[in-house]
Amino acid sequence: MADAVLFEFLHTEMVAELWAPDADPGSGSADRITPQHKAGLSGKKKSWSVLEGLGFRVGQALGERLPRETLAVREELDALKFLCKDLWAAMFQKHMDGLRTNHQGTYVLQDNNFPLLLTMGSGSQYIEEAPKFLAFTCGLLCGALHTLGFRSLVTASVTALPACKFQVVMQKS
Amino acid sequence: MGENKDLFVLTYGALVAQLCKDYEKDEDVNKYLDKMGYGIGTRLVEDFLARSCVRRCHSYSEIIDIIAQVAFKMYLGITPSVVCHNSSRNEFSLILDKNPLAEFVEELPAGRSALCYCNLLCGVIRGALEMVHLATDVTFLQDRLKGDRVTEIGITFLKKLDEKKYKRKK
Repeated sequence: MADAVLFEFLHTEMVAELWAPDADPGSGSADRITPQHKAGLSGKKKSWSVLEGLGFRVGQALGERLPRETLAVREELDALKFLCKDLWAAMFQKHMDGLRTNHQGTYVLQDNNFPLLLTMGSGSQYIEEAPKFLAFTCGLLCGALHTLGFRSLVTASVTALPACKFQVVMQKS
Repeated sequence: MGENKDLFVLTYGALVAQLCKDYEKDEDVNKYLDKMGYGIGTRLVEDFLARSCVRRCHSYSEIIDIIAQVAFKMYLGITPSVVCHNSSRNEFSLILDKNPLAEFVEELPAGRSALCYCNLLCGVIRGALEMVHLATDVTFLQDRLKGDRVTEIGITFLKKLDEKKYKRKK
């Protein structure tokens, strides 16, 4: 659908603009005033949290807009299934390709063709760049789970573009 | 369509909030939004041309009509009305009485009265038109978020298109 494209383009632009290289704070971005930047926090770490934080807010907001019956999800596994089917379909018009769990609070969600990685080439030389394109979505998954009543830690990894895995570790509240 | 648009609109809102954190001055946020929009526009035009198969345009008003009736409809689900401001037909406005980008925004954040919340759109239009070799100036002339009755985007084509010259065979 045409408007899914808008989100993908916006996401690409956000990654390009908000991902700060590990450069000294004084170069080229003198008008940025965030305290973290002045303190010289590692560029990558800050970039990940900025994108992740944006994703979290959006995930929460998306979660709040879901139909009432979805919010009655109580079981952890149902929440994860919801992410893999309903949320993923709403965002990317497809389902997650795989969901595995150790039944002890850790889940691995596999997408073999992650749309936000498709803008990159598929050679292995791009794998280093891939995390930039996953930060926002990690935050989004975490934010959506939060609205469903679950605290989690979400990370992602890429072995072969455009496939990726999201690892969700549920936190005890 | 609803959920996809929500995702875009919510992400945009989060982005604007982040930029407001990073930049103290409204003008800087506006500039940044315009810059990002420009980047999007330069790529979006390809997507648009692939989806819409529009014919070659012979006048600026044809182009503006396509932007309003095809592009805006396709990507944002609305059809702004078009106004032409001058007899040389290179200054136009798009009038939006509903602005999907600002759907979840009731008012501008405190202390941000000069913020052009939807400035991304100006950059998108400018970037897209530049890719088809048309230089333009695109700005918000009115903004409902600032208390105006409608949201108005002004588009000025910077090079005068001489229709006679265009039709003459070389």
